[in-house]
Amino acid sequence: MNPLRTLCSTAAPVLQNAIDTDVIFPARFLLLMDRDGLGKHAFADWRGTDFPLDTAPWKGSEILVVGENFGTGSSREQAVWCLADLGIRCVIGRSFGEIFFSNCFKSGVLPIRLAEGEITQVEAVAQAGKKIEIDVATQEIRLPDGVTLSFDLDAHRKRMLLEGLDDIGLVLEDHAAEITQFEKNRPNWLNLTRDRFDALTGR
Amino acid sequence: MSGKTLYDKIWDSHVVHDFGEGEALVYVDRHLVHEVSTPQSFAYLDSTGLPLRRPELQLAVADHAVPTKDRDKTIKSELARNQVARLKENVAKHNVPYLALEGNGHGIVHVIGPETGFTLPGSVLVCGDSHTSTHGAFGCLAFGIGASECGAVFATQALRQTKQNTMRVTLTGGLPEGVTVKDVILALIAQIGTGGGVGYAIEFAGDTTRALSMEARMTLCNMAIEAGSRVGMVAPDETTFAYLEGRPLAPTGADWDAALSHWKNLPSDDDAIFDKEVTFDTSILEPQVSWGTTPEQTGSVTGSVPDPDAMTEPGRAERARKSLAYMGLTAGQKFADISVDRVFIGSCTNGRLEDLRSAASVLQGHRVADAVTAIAVPGSAAVRAAAEAEGLHEVFLSAGFEWREAGCSMCVGMNGDSLEPGERCASTSNRNFEGRQGIGGRTHLVSPQMAAAAAVTGRLTDVRELLK
Ligand code: SF4
Repeated sequence: MNPLRTLCSTAAPVLQNAIDTDVIFPARFLLLMDRDGLGKHAFADWRGTDFPLDTAPWKGSEILVVGENFGTGSSREQAVWCLADLGIRCVIGRSFGEIFFSNCFKSGVLPIRLAEGEITQVEAVAQAGKKIEIDVATQEIRLPDGVTLSFDLDAHRKRMLLEGLDDIGLVLEDHAAEITQFEKNRPNWLNLTRDRFDALTGR
Repeated sequence: MSGKTLYDKIWDSHVVHDFGEGEALVYVDRHLVHEVSTPQSFAYLDSTGLPLRRPELQLAVADHAVPTKDRDKTIKSELARNQVARLKENVAKHNVPYLALEGNGHGIVHVIGPETGFTLPGSVLVCGDSHTSTHGAFGCLAFGIGASECGAVFATQALRQTKQNTMRVTLTGGLPEGVTVKDVILALIAQIGTGGGVGYAIEFAGDTTRALSMEARMTLCNMAIEAGSRVGMVAPDETTFAYLEGRPLAPTGADWDAALSHWKNLPSDDDAIFDKEVTFDTSILEPQVSWGTTPEQTGSVTGSVPDPDAMTEPGRAERARKSLAYMGLTAGQKFADISVDRVFIGSCTNGRLEDLRSAASVLQGHRVADAVTAIAVPGSAAVRAAAEAEGLHEVFLSAGFEWREAGCSMCVGMNGDSLEPGERCASTSNRNFEGRQGIGGRTHLVSPQMAAAAAVTGRLTDVRELLK
């Protein structure tokens, strides 16, 4: 994964509240099995000349500014992959669907939650088509008028973004022995065996 | 020190490594696998060469993309056919238990998990699907994950998670005639909003909840995600144990006894403190219908389409305007005057035997209105067989419904069962998002009884009029 350290880009405003994952990535494209090239299906039913991501000065923006509860609904990670495929590395909003929020980090996309007074400033800059700077290390958003806003980011996720690390690799490196130990103490009623399943299917 | 909640108890017993500040590596007992959310997760194993750690703790089935008619022929859509074929290849390669489309164990992941006894109280269960919250009905910690996390479970059988806050929703007063648990959850979401549960694991409690069957509890927990909560739970009790005993994958013998004594200690302690408490009187509810493009845009069927201009929050009003434009509705229009073109009874929300029974009880002796096309899609092959054994299919068929094979079908419109642009549907599914049931399709979420009533009259209808 590409590390994410700093960004400097216009920010495309897509401000409607509760934009769900079916809008971000309609279900009919879920049949595609490649992660690459999904960007063309992002917001498929909303795309066109009046959609910010298709118009200057936001075409190619690496930042998306959204409203409340963005990414609510499905767990489909395509909702993040398609944005990442368009080159978006950061989504700033009032709140997010929970699964979408955690999926973002798996693709090196930084979701930022801001409070009401702060997000309105970001929205204004986004709508004016001006550039926003994001610094992951200092957890700061810098607006063109000199205003600096700080954002929350937990230490682990920050490290993953800055170093472009793979979560799974880390777990195996640091915790494989603990997982094995945990399995030894697991009560037997939680275990399943292949023959129970085979009996179910009559094999 | 105060006692523990059900959620705390399951969380604590699954921590493999504690990172502090509520972050932990949590062991996963059960992983349901379907064709749509896992091709990339299996590809991760292939590209890294990592083995799948515990194949026997996974259970795979194709449900989203599969046709619900002409099953004996090949799947028409090439993309869908390839996706189902890919799942078969992947499970064969990694030795993952797989319920074949042709077999009698096939069905929607959230229906077969419980009915096989794969879902157990006190366990951690995940699936690359947001409606995994359904399984919380058994008092297990069940939540939806993304494809990357599915890959993590394959490789490590554990997930790094942040502990959630807890919210107890106490449902009191029982259910009036004609009102089902689907109406309860829709009305609750209308009240607390689709963001109302974000960050919380919800535990449903109260006398209304305790009196619910397992099927109804699943409907309730299924839609916790529509309130923004990844987790919806009900403490296990005698109803739970009676449902599970003897299921093919449930523990047996000494294991069953050990499990049972563990399960009996799972309910939240009397002195447990929840981060948030909501009490909801269910005795005054009427049947519900959604009118917009988010489940919180829902009202009582006796009412009418609300006026965005009368809404005080600007964000809400703006959202309502967009929804009404998409839905082709005008403020003030009576719900009972809205006619429908299609009716869909099915999905992991309302595709179980009890749901089919409840719809059939309304359909008995009626015909589907001429202008309406209606389909009934059982949630699993086993549900379908059980329904046929009691003759329910006859009721649907003689009323003029199509009686289909099991699958997700028109809940998500990926398998060819979908709405045409502008078509309006009374649907027992869980999401009325724009385009969810097909591009330009208009969804009204209702209970199975209400869907049956709409099929008969050809418009949104208060089912209590037909039950008189
Ligand atoms: S029935 Fe609908 S909500 Fe349930 S798993 Fe299938 S697509 Fe998802």
